[in-house]
Amino acid sequence: MSAIQFPAPDASILSRRAEIVAALARLVAPESLVTSEDELRAFETDALTAYRRMPLAVVLPSTTEEVAAVLRACHAMGVNVVPRGAGTSLCGGAIPQEDAVVLGLGKMNRVLDVGFADRTMRVQAGITNLSISAAVGAEGFFYAPDPSSQLACTIGGNIAMNSGGAHCLKYGVTTNNILGVRMVLVDGTIVDIGGDAMDAPGYDLLGLVVGSEGQLGVVTEATVRILPLAEGARPVLFGFDTSEQAGAAVAAIIGAGIVPVAMEFMDKPAIEICEAFAKAGYPLDVEALLIIEVEGSDAEMDAALARIVAIAREHGVRTVRESKSAMETAAIWKGRKSAFGATGRVADYICMDGTIPTGQLPLVLRRMDEIVKSYGLRVANVFHAGDGNLHPLIMYDVNDPEEARKAEDAGNDILKLCVEVGGCLTGEHGVGIEKRDLMRHQFTQADLDQQMRVRAVFDHGWRLNPAKVFPLDGRWTPASEAA
Amino acid sequence: MQTRFSPEQLRDPAMQASEKILRTCVHCGFCTATCPTYLLLGDELDSPRGRIYLIKDMLENGRPATPQVVKHIDRCLSCLSCMTTCPSGVHYMHLVDHARSYIEATYERPWHDRLLRRVLGALLPHPTRFRFALLAAYFGRPLKPLLRPIPAIGARLAAMLDLAPSRIEPRSTMEGPAAFRPAAPRRARVALLSGCAQPVLKPSINDATIRLLNRLGVEVVLPKGEGCCGALVHHMGREHDSHAFAARNVEAWVREMDGEGLDAIVITASGCGTTIKDYGFMFRDDPAMAEKAARVSALAMDVTEFLAKLDLPATARATGHVVAYHSACSMQHGQKITDLPKTLLKAAGFVVKDVPEGHICCGSAGVYNILQPEIAGQLRERKVANIARTRPQVIATGNIGCIQQIGKGLADAGNPTPIVHTVELLDWAHGGPMPDALAEAGFADQPERAPAVAAE
Repeated sequence: MSAIQFPAPDASILSRRAEIVAALARLVAPESLVTSEDELRAFETDALTAYRRMPLAVVLPSTTEEVAAVLRACHAMGVNVVPRGAGTSLCGGAIPQEDAVVLGLGKMNRVLDVGFADRTMRVQAGITNLSISAAVGAEGFFYAPDPSSQLACTIGGNIAMNSGGAHCLKYGVTTNNILGVRMVLVDGTIVDIGGDAMDAPGYDLLGLVVGSEGQLGVVTEATVRILPLAEGARPVLFGFDTSEQAGAAVAAIIGAGIVPVAMEFMDKPAIEICEAFAKAGYPLDVEALLIIEVEGSDAEMDAALARIVAIAREHGVRTVRESKSAMETAAIWKGRKSAFGATGRVADYICMDGTIPTGQLPLVLRRMDEIVKSYGLRVANVFHAGDGNLHPLIMYDVNDPEEARKAEDAGNDILKLCVEVGGCLTGEHGVGIEKRDLMRHQFTQADLDQQMRVRAVFDHGWRLNPAKVFPLDGRWTPASEAA
Repeated sequence: MQTRFSPEQLRDPAMQASEKILRTCVHCGFCTATCPTYLLLGDELDSPRGRIYLIKDMLENGRPATPQVVKHIDRCLSCLSCMTTCPSGVHYMHLVDHARSYIEATYERPWHDRLLRRVLGALLPHPTRFRFALLAAYFGRPLKPLLRPIPAIGARLAAMLDLAPSRIEPRSTMEGPAAFRPAAPRRARVALLSGCAQPVLKPSINDATIRLLNRLGVEVVLPKGEGCCGALVHHMGREHDSHAFAARNVEAWVREMDGEGLDAIVITASGCGTTIKDYGFMFRDDPAMAEKAARVSALAMDVTEFLAKLDLPATARATGHVVAYHSACSMQHGQKITDLPKTLLKAAGFVVKDVPEGHICCGSAGVYNILQPEIAGQLRERKVANIARTRPQVIATGNIGCIQQIGKGLADAGNPTPIVHTVELLDWAHGGPMPDALAEAGFADQPERAPAVAAE
């Protein structure tokens, strides 16, 4: 695939490679610096493997101070920096460039402090999402946003992409669950933004940082909000004969003012793929499946479920099955959360991430099917139906360039459709390189210029993760404004 | 994932198999999270995804392995935790096995590394030599402080001496070749793998297995000609040697299968079990061996798998001890046996506790604790601390390597909790003698609940 362009590497940087590597070697331990061609190769991509670029070098710092030293040095030498967490980005958010240093935070994976009385936790940015919940699970607490890759993805990456997840319908996404960050600016300055409490004085800079895709600074520590675990939780499987019926049921449940913890949609191909992996007992004789989870006391769950089941029946639900045990619940979620990877058993795929108003679900599901069929491809649909966040998995053969091009074109058509019906290009995966060139379908040039002006306040030289988010042409810089 | 192999490269069946594995990987990164070395080192190169990428690059380019690639592949424990985690079904085991034999063929290791590997490969798979080596290690122990500072190899030699037991077990009176017939009417006939290191280090494990199976009416044969399963040299990439070991076992068992017949090949070391269950794959392209090896693999069973097929009677004595069950990687990831051993222990009256972070390796991993003492040591400390959190009276596991490794960790931590094989506890509960490790830890033996079992 080569549809998405990368900026041409800066030849003057490439020619100074030895000098740059030597400077980095003075800042970190030898085990924390990767420079051989063999070893750099492993960092050339993330979970958007169709695109790859070899980095200049990879640094794996262990402390905020080391991160600051590396950024200071790169700033002084005029070198671009691409931050990387676990490299699970589906939109190429961590894909490097030939003239950039990758700053990997994998070694910074510790819990720093837990405050049960304040319901907060301070962690290093390289800790995985699930490890945060695991660290306080025994005490009855958890960190709410749960991207499907939560086993592996880091909180730093979650902050960069403002990640969501199945349970964000009730608890909000990353930005609603972060209280403060320690961040290193492009010149190496260490700043603390937000605080340890629910609100911080002054402008909501934290709101700006969350979702900025590593372009405003490198977050090295975060203070997150932790919540007490619900008394009980029960996922229920609802099988429908058509995707439209399931989509209409979702819209009706939301319309009735019910907010389950999670409302997940899978179509038949996705059900088959996930069932083969997780053996969760998903019904195989239906065209569409909703996993709806309610939580609370038994009485609360029963009451909520009774209303949901009644609405589902009005929309022709065929099978309703409640999880009967903790093991069954785990299997139901394991299947859903492994959907992307499990699709890899069947074919290569690109995973799209658009949002739409939930009322448009039936229409969009039908249109998506038409789009993918018109390219002669297959699609598996898994998504967070409750908040209208779609994840069509377009299947293709990565070793076939023609099919790869078609898959990308189909994906672009789907995202344009999302924008047309009043939705958004990205729900939770971020823009990265994948949706960069589609940003003009969402925003006018004036909108983009304003966003780039904000970006320039933090990094006017476009040094941090520069090839991402904004279309490569028409980039605003202080110089372009002056000209 | 996209691959770039030429049609010519793909004519090699090993390359073809690896290409298929690489195509399955979608580079999602889930595997990094449950990889012990990534957990400790935080470098993607020391994670399954990083290693898969290194291997892919090495194989595609057909270049000899470089020291950098070898470093990261060597650090892999082959614990196969990544295979349990992988949603895409990437067969990492076969890929890393291929990489190891590719490294062995194309890379010359430093002299001390070569020497150590050769020594280990020459001693461990051969019980007589191994017993002699343990004796030498016993007398060599006082030299440890002198060895440790030697550059390049000192830490590994010290680790080797550290792991050698402080007591050499007497030889078992139940060694093969032999057949042990039950007193009760025979309901099945099985071959039991004698193996190599286990009968030297802990002969009590197979002794307990034979007693227990006999009591249940199962005839146990230790056929002539079987020995090391080949895993040890296999993990060093020495395919030729591992296949030679495997072929000998296949022949020995097939003779029994075609002779008096076998209902199972029972294995009490899960590390060996994983390898023997893979014999079919090992010999897939060998017309003379393929069918026989596949038959052997199909009949291979961990002892707990076989016991679960029998209807175990009520236990002969009251137990009730709190047991921390440590699931060996080769058990839970290699053979996907997770609940069976716990179910058997619970049925025998023990109170079974799961170890927190139970999916992470203890660092034993064959001879990994000798070749990579630093990482293995960190994993061992982590494991012993996690086990201690369950406050057990005894630790049970199904693999000799883990018993040695965790035993060493317990001793270092001054923790007196005994560690035994699952089958030793089951044998005891069902009327066998109390395991030595429990007696030494001061456990009071439980009286037999007499008449009911007197029938046997």
